Amino acid sequence: MSKTLRNIFLGLVLFLLSGPLVVVSGVSLNAKKRLFFPPEGLSLRWYVELLTENSWLIPVKNSLTIAFTSSLLALSIALPLAYFLWRYRVFYARALFTLGISPFILPPVITALGFLSFWVTVGLYGMMIATIISHAIFFVTLPLVTISLGFESIDHEIVEAAETMGANSRTVFGTVIFPMVRPYMISGYAFAFVLSLNEYIVAYMVAGFTVETLPIKIFNSLRYGYTPVMASVTVVFVLLAALIFGLIGRFGDLPKLLGALNPEDQ
Amino acid sequence: MIGEKPKGIRAHLTLVYPALMLGIFFIVPFGLMAAVSFFHRQPGGFYIPGFELANYKNLYTVLFGRTLLFSLFVAGLSAAICVSIGFPFTFFITRMKRRAQVVWLVLLMSVLSLSEVIVGFAWSLLLSRTAGLSNLFVWFGLMERSVAWYPGFVALLFGICYLAFPYTVLVLYPPLSRLDPALPEAAQTLGASPMRTFFTVVVGSLRNAIVAAFVMVFVFTLGAYLLPQILGRPRHWTLSVLITDAAIYQTNMPLAAAMAIFFMFVSLVLVALTMIIGKGKKIKTV
Amino acid sequence: MAGLTLENINKNFGSVVAVRDVTLLLPDGQFVCFLGPSGCGKTTLLRLIAGLEKPSRGRILLDEEDITHTPAHKRNFGMVFQSLALFPHLTVGENVSYSLRVRKTGKAIRRQRARELLDLVKLSGLIDRHISQLSGGQRQRVAMARALAIEPRLFLLDEPLSALDAKLREDMQLELRMLQQRLAVTTILVTHDQREAMTMSDLVVVMGPDNRVHQMGSPLEIYRNPADTFVADFIGTSNLLDGTCSGPREITVRGVRLEISEMPDGMALDTTVTVSVRPEEVHVLPGTEEGGNRLYGSVSFVRDVGSSVEIYLDCGGFQIVSQSTPKGRPAVKQGDRATAVLPPTACVVLRS
Repeated sequence: MSKTLRNIFLGLVLFLLSGPLVVVSGVSLNAKKRLFFPPEGLSLRWYVELLTENSWLIPVKNSLTIAFTSSLLALSIALPLAYFLWRYRVFYARALFTLGISPFILPPVITALGFLSFWVTVGLYGMMIATIISHAIFFVTLPLVTISLGFESIDHEIVEAAETMGANSRTVFGTVIFPMVRPYMISGYAFAFVLSLNEYIVAYMVAGFTVETLPIKIFNSLRYGYTPVMASVTVVFVLLAALIFGLIGRFGDLPKLLGALNPEDQ
Repeated sequence: MIGEKPKGIRAHLTLVYPALMLGIFFIVPFGLMAAVSFFHRQPGGFYIPGFELANYKNLYTVLFGRTLLFSLFVAGLSAAICVSIGFPFTFFITRMKRRAQVVWLVLLMSVLSLSEVIVGFAWSLLLSRTAGLSNLFVWFGLMERSVAWYPGFVALLFGICYLAFPYTVLVLYPPLSRLDPALPEAAQTLGASPMRTFFTVVVGSLRNAIVAAFVMVFVFTLGAYLLPQILGRPRHWTLSVLITDAAIYQTNMPLAAAMAIFFMFVSLVLVALTMIIGKGKKIKTV
Repeated sequence: MAGLTLENINKNFGSVVAVRDVTLLLPDGQFVCFLGPSGCGKTTLLRLIAGLEKPSRGRILLDEEDITHTPAHKRNFGMVFQSLALFPHLTVGENVSYSLRVRKTGKAIRRQRARELLDLVKLSGLIDRHISQLSGGQRQRVAMARALAIEPRLFLLDEPLSALDAKLREDMQLELRMLQQRLAVTTILVTHDQREAMTMSDLVVVMGPDNRVHQMGSPLEIYRNPADTFVADFIGTSNLLDGTCSGPREITVRGVRLEISEMPDGMALDTTVTVSVRPEEVHVLPGTEEGGNRLYGSVSFVRDVGSSVEIYLDCGGFQIVSQSTPKGRPAVKQGDRATAVLPPTACVVLRS
């Protein structure tokens, strides 16, 4: 009885989670420039348009460039900070860690407005570099948290074992610590990448009128006339996210990354 | 090697770069925004440095008050909905096999990473006349003809809950997956039904985690910016919309900054209050 | 002289003293056990020798060379950790040859050496396995092989067998001992299990809860002649009887005079002492038979575990335990009056 209830409940959640995605995928296949569901006639022309029309290609390119570089920058900030915090438990490292977490916890509009006033003052308002750095800071939380988890998974005796076998600090880092943390770095990067790709308000405030990213482009088309291309973009995004997280789930330990204990500990 | 005190400048070199980056690109912008909120607005241009409370005085309007209250109300309501659905849901998936957990988590992460604009667009389609759910009901013969269910408050609520639900699950996932499996089992051997076990033992022992999740989701939904514009009517616009509007369209940075600072202050106070209430409850039961 | 010398070693962690005034000389080629209850500082002492901690005071010398300030990675020791600390991201072979990789040895030689070492610990053929695919006992062997890769000057082990179940543990103890004898490497093993220490080592160093070394000697020496009541009680079981010195070769325990064959030097009359008698040295006779070195009481409990019989005698306020083989089992049962005979040679006198 309660098992049935549980399954009905899970089914309902699954329906609500996937419902919007199903409708969007259907709409993206419409043959005519209308948003019908179920679609009227099947065609892939809106996917072709996404990949050929400059008005869509430029935002795609912008978004990919920003996501790629900003997550790399976020990673470069997170790695030394997480390492330092793991190696030396001192209060100022902890404070810096909290600082790195906070952009993600505050309502984004506040951080976005901060960035806006900063870039206007510095004179880089409207440049892509402003979006990149802002995204790097905004999403530094993700690699910071995952990499810290990675460092915590390294038992201190493992480091000591390497030392007794003749490895100095640099060799220990290169042969033990870095390889053990690498999967966590990749996941942190992937998290930041996907979220940067989807971010709207910071990108909009910092350079919304000059550097059009995909979310900005979609919102603009939403306001100035619907087109099924929007649906095809959405489908591509969902698939991309599912692919990336699916890969993490397949090759990494997703439950552990999200805070569950080791399978052996359970 | 681990847990020592860092000695000398060389040990600190690793920290210099992240400290500089966070300092220059996070603390400085934040401080700048706080400063701007006291600057004098120059109509038609930006602002001139100074110190005045005029911008904060300008907050004292019906529109701002109404919008602030509405933002808090929507965030509180959707956080409550998300936690009450998300808690049993998370409990169920943490009791699944690891492989099944991964499948659910991948789905949740994929939805979580969706842009607000995409969520808004998807729900606007789902609730629309031409492509929406009502077509399905017509097809089943439940309704005579399809209708549009958006824009409106309920549509907005659906959108925000959809946006915040995966986030809720992720916040609840660590404490629930670490819950000792022997605990519910012990309750069942003592004769409690599964339902009763869930409410007394699982909910009871994780009260703090629930309060924390509520606070996190509350703050998360406060940030909703695009959904109110897509799924709601103008009277459903939140503070995020108002702040952006002031900054970008009225080019009134000092006012926007004042609103943002005030907004942050109010949300921090509410978060602190919720935490205190959550802690107080715990002391009583212990 | 060749060997490891510890001079006045002290180690504090803040206000907590972990190791107090330890001076030891461990000769080359020996198998040494640091034995003691948890919290006695034995692991800290091992870590000091490994260079993972710096002593607060004192010096460490290896073959007369001062290594007190030599960092761990320059000491050329091999260590097996309690958690084993195998590298989860490397294969068995890569784990075993890690110290050669650190020393920039070529790949082919590394692999060759890894093969030899795995043969040595009977893990031939597992060179390309992942650590997660190994059983507990196999991991143990990998950890040992890894520590022996560079033919270390000292082989250090920190309770490496504590995670294994009893049967496997005894097999590994024997194997480890034979390995050590074959390689003739000076070995220090930390353990809280006295049986483990007794079966494996040439020398046992007993440490007490006061973080000092109480006694060092061969297992038999320590068992037969414990230096103090702590050692007598901690190593095996012992009947500890409080008494006073009442003659040149005589101790009085509760009015009963016990003849002693060997007295410690400089024992004045009326000194309070403790007499330690091992249970297997105590003979039990049925009834009350008069004679020297005898205590009388009633049988309070008989424990017969098949391979041995233990008889508990209640002697009015204190208890005597006797242990015998099933063949030599005295004809007594619970409730009977009985006599305990304590041979003069079995009585070890300890200052209280």
